Amino acid sequence: MPHLELASVSKAFKTNKVLEDISLTADAGEIVVIFGPSGTGKTVLLRLIAGVEEPTSGSISIDNQDMVDVAPEHRDVGMAFQNFALFPHMNAFENIASPLRARSQGEAQVNDGVSRVARLLKIDHVLSHAPRQLSNGQKQRTALARALASSPKLLLLDDPLRNVDAKLRFEMRLELPRLLREAKSTVLYVTQDYKEAMALADRIAVLVEGRFIQVATPQDIYRNPATVGVARLFGDPAINLAETTIGADGAIELAGEKVTIDKSYRAFAGKTVTFGVRPEAVEVMNGRGAGLKAQVMAVTPLNERTVLLLQTKAGAELLASLPSSSPSIPKAENEVRIAFNPAGTHLFDRETGTALARGRA
Amino acid sequence: MDHTSNLERFIRGGLIGLVLIFFLFPIFWIVLMSFQTNETILRIPPSIVFEPTMSNYSALITGKLKTTAGNLDLAFMKNLWNSVLLSTLSVALSLVLGVPAAYAFARFRFRLGEDIAFTLLSFRFAPPLLVLLPLSLYFKQLGLTNTYVGLIWVYQLICLPLILWIVRGYFEDISPDIEHAYRIAGNSWWQTFRKIAVPLAMPGIAAAGLLAFIFAWNNFIFALILASADKQPVTVGALAFVTASGIQYGQIAAAIVLSIAPTLALALYAQRYLVEGLSLGAVKG
Repeated sequence: MPHLELASVSKAFKTNKVLEDISLTADAGEIVVIFGPSGTGKTVLLRLIAGVEEPTSGSISIDNQDMVDVAPEHRDVGMAFQNFALFPHMNAFENIASPLRARSQGEAQVNDGVSRVARLLKIDHVLSHAPRQLSNGQKQRTALARALASSPKLLLLDDPLRNVDAKLRFEMRLELPRLLREAKSTVLYVTQDYKEAMALADRIAVLVEGRFIQVATPQDIYRNPATVGVARLFGDPAINLAETTIGADGAIELAGEKVTIDKSYRAFAGKTVTFGVRPEAVEVMNGRGAGLKAQVMAVTPLNERTVLLLQTKAGAELLASLPSSSPSIPKAENEVRIAFNPAGTHLFDRETGTALARGRA
Repeated sequence: MDHTSNLERFIRGGLIGLVLIFFLFPIFWIVLMSFQTNETILRIPPSIVFEPTMSNYSALITGKLKTTAGNLDLAFMKNLWNSVLLSTLSVALSLVLGVPAAYAFARFRFRLGEDIAFTLLSFRFAPPLLVLLPLSLYFKQLGLTNTYVGLIWVYQLICLPLILWIVRGYFEDISPDIEHAYRIAGNSWWQTFRKIAVPLAMPGIAAAGLLAFIFAWNNFIFALILASADKQPVTVGALAFVTASGIQYGQIAAAIVLSIAPTLALALYAQRYLVEGLSLGAVKG
């Protein structure tokens, strides 16, 4: 039974449609990441669920209870805001205690509750500080602690790592899954960082221009993106895309050469499509032999992977990502031959951008 | 850090001194006058050398004024008390009405909201006499003439717009997310207003209240027309010093000293708060 259910929810501010026909279910204890570029209505969606905004149409139910006209204080949700929204006139302890006090618990229970989450988030030493005395990271943890304090059944996290520095973001990305599992809440987590989405999510809902274009597991989103847009949003470096025409034998014309990747592409013979290949699926070989000829323009080592910028004879550029441990990493200016691992290739409709087919290994 | 030369410092000091003399000399002179008799005040040329007398103050406090034309009863202490009562109650009522209204105007967009807010402000544009003539007729019919209730009601014309517009800016400066967070934590709208919005807007509320108090205290025309001697504040009460045997400058000066003392003390005490409060709302964010 789904814990949270959104049924064709739409939201418009006057004539400006922010969300259109949003449907989503989340099971109890599931972590669903709402992922999308900025300005697509992710925050508005969380506000609708929290009850601080009302949807223009559609219904929201939590625990099988319709939430229309249910005030935010009666929804049993916890929310962490992107801008932290700490109460400036209360110290960290009182900030975290506020949801406990509102549930009229005794002083002893409030103390227990606060120190439990404070220890969990490693801020027990700054509880007496006012928000303005806290570092950004401590503010972020305090906001998170406040959302977690009352062990709400539904936790709404609005890009909580957006305003913290890169080092802390990395630490928290490792720590958050454990914290969220421990909270045992259903979690809706908003982010525009695809790595965060991949690291945390049971499922990812990709929100673009007010609509969900794909809701699936992180693996599925990466392997079977529903549209060119999704393919482009997930992956670093981004997927290589090129417009091409499929030959009668299923071969793809790239940079003036025909490349056969997957026989099944024959089904789209004669069609002009957008061809996509993940940088990891670009195989780079030294010397002569089979494959597309290309020149290495730049080599960028990024820890465990090394990214190559390649240019074909016809001038088309593409990126390849190799394990840094690979023995055959070419140098800049080298001539190489490239081939494609079919499993990392995709065909998209040129007009609509929807996925047509994916190569098989 | 400090790049100012001696000349600059000298000029700055001189200019500040000039401004201080301009604003403080009248107060200084009034204080001197309050310790003199009419004869020494009207002496030509004036001198700051005189024999101080407490007669002005004692006349005000005992309420007995001796003039060459005979003895006169003064209601000055009563007037002072009226001022305290009228100003305090007016500001209190304005806060009770104005702070929630300011919150409503800041947070909710409702039909005619902007128009209503502006109408309230426009009370301060109209010349008071224009309002007063019809009002005095109504007050007679309603039996509100010469009552504290009636005066406090009219004083809302002074206090309410001030409080409404200053405090509204403060509420607008509070991030709505802070209030949302408190509600999601499980608190009702009313608790959020009391525990979050009002405490965060407190500097603005205090500054607006103080300013409204001073404006109410200094008001003259409303009480002059709508109340008689026993309900009038000091500003109107001072007219009693224009007597048949001449103008009692010494008593006027003493009365002024006594009547500006409370607001002056209040303003000095809350000075930092006031300046910070009034500028913060405008500059911040």
